[in-house]
This record gives sequence, C-alpha cells and structure tokens, in this order.
Amino acid sequence: MITLTINSKKHQIDVDSNMPLLWAIRDFAELTGTKYGCGTGVCGSCTVLIDGDPIRSCLTPVSEVEGKSILTIEGVENENKVLQEVWEELNVPQCGYCQSGQIISALALLNKNTNPTDKDIDAAMSGNICRCGTYKRIRSAIHKTAELNNAKTEIE
Amino acid sequence: MNPIQKITRRGFIRSVGLASGGLIIACNVPSSTEKSPMKRAFNGKTFEPNLFIQLKDNGDLILIASRSEMGQGIRTALTSVIADEMDADWNLVSVEQAIGHPKYGNQNTDGSRSVRTLYETMRKMGATARAMLITAAANKWNVDQSTLITENHYVIDTTNNKKLFYGDLLHEAAEIAIPENPILKDRKDFKYIGKGLKSIDGAGFASGKPKYGMDIKIPEMKYVAITRCPVTFGTVKSFDKTKTMAINGVVDVIEIPRIAKPFGVLGGVVVIANNTWAAFKGKEALEIVWDNGNNKGYNSDAYAKMITDNVHKKGKEIRNDGNVHKAFKNAAHIVESTYNLPHLVHAPMEVPNATAIIKDGKCEVWAPTQDPQTARKEIADYLEIDEENVIVNITFLGGGFGRKSKPDFMVEAVAVAKAINAPVQVIWTREDDIQHSYYHAVSAQYMKASLDDNGNVTGWLHRVAYPSITSTFAPDTGYAAGFEFGMGLTNIPYQIDNVRCENGKALAHVRIGWFRSVINIIQSFSVNIFVDELAAKAGKDSLQFRLDLIGKDHIVESDSGYHFDNAKLKNVLKTAAKNADYGKKLPEGHGMGIAIHYSFLTYVASIVEVSVIDGKLKIHKISSVIDCGTAVNTDTIKSQMEGAAIFGMSLAYYGKITAKEGAIEQSNYHDYQMLRIHQTPDINVEIISSHEKPTGVGEPGVPPIAPAIINAIYNATGKRYYSLPLSDHGLV
Ligand code: FES
Ligand code: FES
Repeated sequence: MITLTINSKKHQIDVDSNMPLLWAIRDFAELTGTKYGCGTGVCGSCTVLIDGDPIRSCLTPVSEVEGKSILTIEGVENENKVLQEVWEELNVPQCGYCQSGQIISALALLNKNTNPTDKDIDAAMSGNICRCGTYKRIRSAIHKTAELNNAKTEIE
Repeated sequence: MNPIQKITRRGFIRSVGLASGGLIIACNVPSSTEKSPMKRAFNGKTFEPNLFIQLKDNGDLILIASRSEMGQGIRTALTSVIADEMDADWNLVSVEQAIGHPKYGNQNTDGSRSVRTLYETMRKMGATARAMLITAAANKWNVDQSTLITENHYVIDTTNNKKLFYGDLLHEAAEIAIPENPILKDRKDFKYIGKGLKSIDGAGFASGKPKYGMDIKIPEMKYVAITRCPVTFGTVKSFDKTKTMAINGVVDVIEIPRIAKPFGVLGGVVVIANNTWAAFKGKEALEIVWDNGNNKGYNSDAYAKMITDNVHKKGKEIRNDGNVHKAFKNAAHIVESTYNLPHLVHAPMEVPNATAIIKDGKCEVWAPTQDPQTARKEIADYLEIDEENVIVNITFLGGGFGRKSKPDFMVEAVAVAKAINAPVQVIWTREDDIQHSYYHAVSAQYMKASLDDNGNVTGWLHRVAYPSITSTFAPDTGYAAGFEFGMGLTNIPYQIDNVRCENGKALAHVRIGWFRSVINIIQSFSVNIFVDELAAKAGKDSLQFRLDLIGKDHIVESDSGYHFDNAKLKNVLKTAAKNADYGKKLPEGHGMGIAIHYSFLTYVASIVEVSVIDGKLKIHKISSVIDCGTAVNTDTIKSQMEGAAIFGMSLAYYGKITAKEGAIEQSNYHDYQMLRIHQTPDINVEIISSHEKPTGVGEPGVPPIAPAIINAIYNATGKRYYSLPLSDHGLV
C-alpha cells in the first residue's frame, strides 16, 4: 500500500512502487485530467506539481512521491482560478488534451515568477507539446494571468 | 422531401432528418426507441422539436452535436447556429454529443465540411423551434402572431411588451404542427453567428474534466496493449509470454489475427492487464517471432528514389490542355525542378484508444472517433450482429487530424472484448501510434515550364507519384485517384494555355490514409515553390508574378454549387501582402516568402518572414488570410489558422517518417518532433468575411505554410530547397 496526497486528499493505493505516478493517478486515484502523451518525458502532457515543482509523472515512480504534496489539474482551481478563467476567456484550448499539462507548467512558472517575460515563458513551457498549435494563445494567457494577479495583489 | 418530418404522438412532436451534402435523410423514430424520450416529453418536462433540440421547462436548452469535437470547435459552431436562429440565451445552452447513428445524417468529421454541410440544416432546426414557440405564445395569449418577436429565450408581444419565457411554453409548443418553411433570420440580426463565440467547452478544457477516450472507466474493465508486427501486414509466427505473465497486474496474453479489411485490425499479441502500466510493461516483455510478410523489403529511401525516377519519365495522362511540348520547343526559358517529401504521421496528442463491452448480443463502445457510423458498421460486421445492437459513444478527441477517421483501433477493442469475454480498454502506446498508422504519402514530383521573352508562362508540365489513399481499399491500384489530383494538381489557379499533368506509378507498402489537408500539402508545396522559381527566372517580383498568373477575373463553375472565383484568391493574396508589409526593407539575412492555395473550397494566402543567420532558420512572422465564405465562428477560424501555421511549421521543420526493411524507424516525439512554444512566431490571421456559403476551415490553412517558408529562405539566402524536412538541411 502506498499513500499519495493528491490535491490535499489522501489516496491509499495498492500498486508496485515503481509504477509511474501518471498511471497511479489515472487508473487508481481515477483522476483522469492528467494525460498520457509519450510516456518518455518529452511531451509534458502528464505534468503535475510535486511540492510546487513541475515533474513528468510518466517518469516518476510512485515511491518517489510518497509523503509529498501532489497537485494535478483537478486541484488548480484552489490554487489559481484566474489562470483557468483566462485560459477560457482567451479560448486557448483546441482539442484540450495537452492543456492540463500546459496549465500546470504555467502555474509553476507563475508561482515563482509573477511577471514572466517571453523568454521566461519559453524556458518554462517548451517542454509541453501542443499538437493543435495553441502556443500563441498560451503565451498571451500567461501574460494576462500575471497582469490580473498582480493587479489583484496591488489592491489587496 | 421536407428535411423536417413531423411525427406526432400524444401532442408531442419529435421530428428527425437532416440534409447532408445535398442528400436529405429522414426517418421515423423507430417505435422501439420511441418510448423513453417520449415519456419524458409527456411529463411536460422536455420539448424536443427535432432531433437536435431539447428544451426543458426551466429553460435549459440542450443542443445536440452530431459531429466529433477534436479541437476545431464544432460543438460550439453547430449549436450556436441553432441557438442563433432560435433566439436562445447562450447561457442556458449545454451541448450533448450524439451517439453514432444514421438518424443524424452523415457524421464523418473529416474533409473540413461539418459547418459547410450542416449550416443550413442547423439554421432550419433552430428556426423551426422558434416558429413553434411563437405560435405557442400566440395561442396562449390568444393574439395574432404577427406582432410577436423573440429575444433571448423570450417571446415578446410588441404591442404591450408582455413576455413569455421559452421554458413556460412547452405544452403549447408541443401541440403545434412543425412549420414547413420556417423563416430564417436576416444576417444582420445574427447574435452568435460570425461573432467569435467562445468554446462552450473552454472551461472544461481548462479544468481537466472533459472525458477523452482514455478517460472512460467501466466496471470490470481490463486494460489492453497490443504488439503489432513492425512490418505492415506481417503476422505472428510464435510468441513467448513467460516474462510478461511474471509482471504484476498482467492477467493474460492472447493473439488476435489480422482482419484484412481497410479498417480491419492489424492483429498481434495482446496483453491483458489490470492497469495501463502493467499492460505497457507486459508488452515490452513479450518475445515474438514474426513472419514479416510481403512488405519486409520496404525501404522508404530507395522507394523515394524509385518514384523520383518515375516522375522523370512519362506518366499516365491526367490533364492535357493545348500542347506543352510545342510550348517547350518555342520557349525563351525552361525551368525544371524535382520535389521530394517524406511520409508523415498525424501523432495526435491523444493516442488511438477504445473501450468496449459486449453483453447479451449487444456491444457498446466509447472512443475518440471521427467517423462513428463507419465504426459502428465495422463493429457490427465483425460481431455479425445488427447495427442497431451496436452503440458507439463519441468521446472528446485529443486531436484527430484524420487518424481517428479510421476505426481499426475500435474494432481491436471489440475483438479483444469478445475474445476474453470482458470489457476492455485498448490503449496504443505513442510508439504504436507512430509505427502503425495510416501514413500521409511519401511523394516525388517533377515540374517543367516554359517562359516566353516577356516572362509569361507558356507551358506547364507537372508529374506526381505517391502511394494513393485508394491503396488502403484497393492495394494493387498503383495510381492515385481523381480526388487526390483535385487537391492542387489538376485545379491549379493559374491561367496557362498549355498544361499537362501526369501520374507515375507508386504502390503502397504501408497503410496510406488521410492526414490533415491530405495531398494538398504535397501539391501546394511544389506548385508554390515552382511559381517562385518561375518569377525569379522571369526577373519579376513574386507577388505581381503570381497575381498576373492567376490572371483576369473569372469564375470556374462547379456542379457542387461552390464556384472557384479567382478574384477571391487574388484578394487573400493582396490582403496578406498588406498585412505582412510585403516589400518593406528587411534586415540582412531576412526574407519573405509567399504561398497561396485553394482547398476545401476555401482561399488562403500565407506570407512568412524568416531570417537565416549563421545557417539557422528563425520564423518571425506568419501572415495568413482566409476566405471561407460566411465566417460562422471568427475566433475558432482564427484559432484553426494559428494551429494550421504551427502544424505546417512542424511538418516543414521535422516531419519525416521513414521505413527500413518494412519497419518504421521513428517511435516517439523525440525522433518525430513537433514545433514548440519557443519556435512560435507572431501569427497574424485575417478573415475575409462574405455572405457566401461557409466553406472549409480546419485544413486549408496548412498547405501554404511549408512552401512559403521555402520561398522565404530563398529570399533570405538565395538558396532554394526542394525537399523537407528542414532539419535534414541543417536549418533547424
Ligand atoms: S506523457 Fe509524460 S512527458 Fe509525455
Ligand atoms: S490543444 Fe490539442 S494538443 Fe494542445
């Protein structure tokens, strides 16, 4: 038995300790927002946050993340709802499949850098493939979220 | 036949039927399936004026999307047309995905034609409902309906400003006969059409909630991975499952045979497991001896050379106007070029997958399919049961690009579910997807043209050779088909007196299939580069040369009712030139390249600005202009064009699938690369809106991109490339 803390909730699951986190999340915790795209760490579809850092869950064995805090797309609304709202408003997604990974990577970037430049965005987001080609809007959405979040902080 | 047929039952009306591609299909709801929807309706909760609309007593409006959503925004586009004609409040609309069933008309989501073929039908569906609601209100108020209007889910009496909410009119509306010719809105009154409505699924996509094929979980479901022969149509000789069975979570290993049909399963060794990871691990541990079969000698490099030889000699005549040979003899200049493009694969972000359960002689399937009705038919055929006993549920598609038009992966799930008598989910690995697809054809093209002293083109010879999509249906054909030639070979938009097109032989050794934009990619590549070469030879500016070659305004009539109007092509080109600031002074090492293409009845021009500095290519800006008739959803069209630019760049930079001894050499996104965010240029899209019928959007943006890049590189460096991908030339 392994205990995983996903979006602040504990999941007791009975899997091999070397099972990649991706499949534990999808097949056992039944949170299907995290996606399989390549299984080899090159597409970013499976990105989740571990203690705030983005990782490729398809390459991370569950044994490595026991006791750590795992954030998946299903938990983003409690972290940065604005990000999701801007994503919707700018109509970023096409098929949507890569977007969980994109949003998680964007969240990780914005958590560390409240005002990212285009270069920062390139560095943080170039591990995430979008076959539909929504990159232009992803870039705009990150800038806009930063703007809105910063405006909010100023008021507070 | 009236597209909307009336069926009355206990005062409630449900009609079915819609026009599709000019063909009108109408059928009664069979009595066996009549019960449940009708009972609900009888309870007075839901009014269904037709198959696409369900109005609830609280005003909630459920609209049915019959086409598959794969990122092209079809669920929003089609339903917004209904809602607009209905004068519905978009905030009260939700969309339900239809199952695969002929009652919805053609559901094949392919060929950039969903909006084109369903626009008028959806308008009528909405207008019918609106007309019935107006009559209902007139009856309720006992007034003449001529003074009644509708607005945002209300019927309003203009004489006294009294209002009735749509949700309060169900009982009355259900009594009304379906109007034969409901009045359609005037364009100027459109509220949603042409307004760039946001995707109805946007919030879902940003929350991870929508269910794609792989997200379906059904009780007792087994997870299944299959190893198929590396060589197309090879078969299993023997296998050893010992190591696989030792993996925790693996339940069994079986073999399924190939079904020799166009969309049949490839066959292979099947790992049945309790989770996806165990199925994938189990697959890796298999030891299989293959009989590689007839395609084991396929080497795509040698094949490319062979088809190149074929286009360097006379081929089968496809089009012949005037006399090119005479034109060549009298020429002041001759230009000749040969172009080579490799196989490509779709690689949608979501791999092929399907979930199936068979019970009591019935089968239910969930899958990301572009063509649910063909899937249903193939499944029924396989199980030898009636199609009515097969339910195909369409999930969200994590991209399609033509891959998911072929239901082979769905038949696999059914075959395994049957073999092990349990519900299954078959999941392809990315490697499976790259190595066992229906590939975009490898191609060779030869072009030759003559110019007179004034730089006018007098003769044009174009020879093509590529394994045809028809090879998937008739393997021994060896020649391409009319629909492929019509994608930019025989229908070039240029006015030239002597034109000859020929086709060289090319047999297929892998499965060949549709890929976003299809053969347009191949033929737009050569034609657009060649025209640039001719302009250079004539010593003329490429923009003006193209406009001159398109020639005086003229219209080519077509039986389809969609005419080719060359003025529109010139217009998109001029607009793109303006947006790109074509002709401006560029920095050292920069260049602009032009390409135009007419496909899926839509006119597109793209101008690309690049720089090549220290041998490395960078794309700075892409300016694309599209004329697709009535622009039903301007934001979706923009987003499709942005995506098309990236798709075109991906194939130009990296797209290359090769086969060695019959096996595909690439396996995943590391060696079949995609464009990424840091390579994304500024993409500017302009839509030329018109009042003409809507035409294709999803595909027409792709074909101009690669040739425009090549032409831009030439203008930046003076060096011309004749093949892709650019990674082979060390440019990226
Ligand atoms: S699935 Fe993990 S990076 Fe692609
Ligand atoms: S939106 Fe389809 S892959 Fe990114």
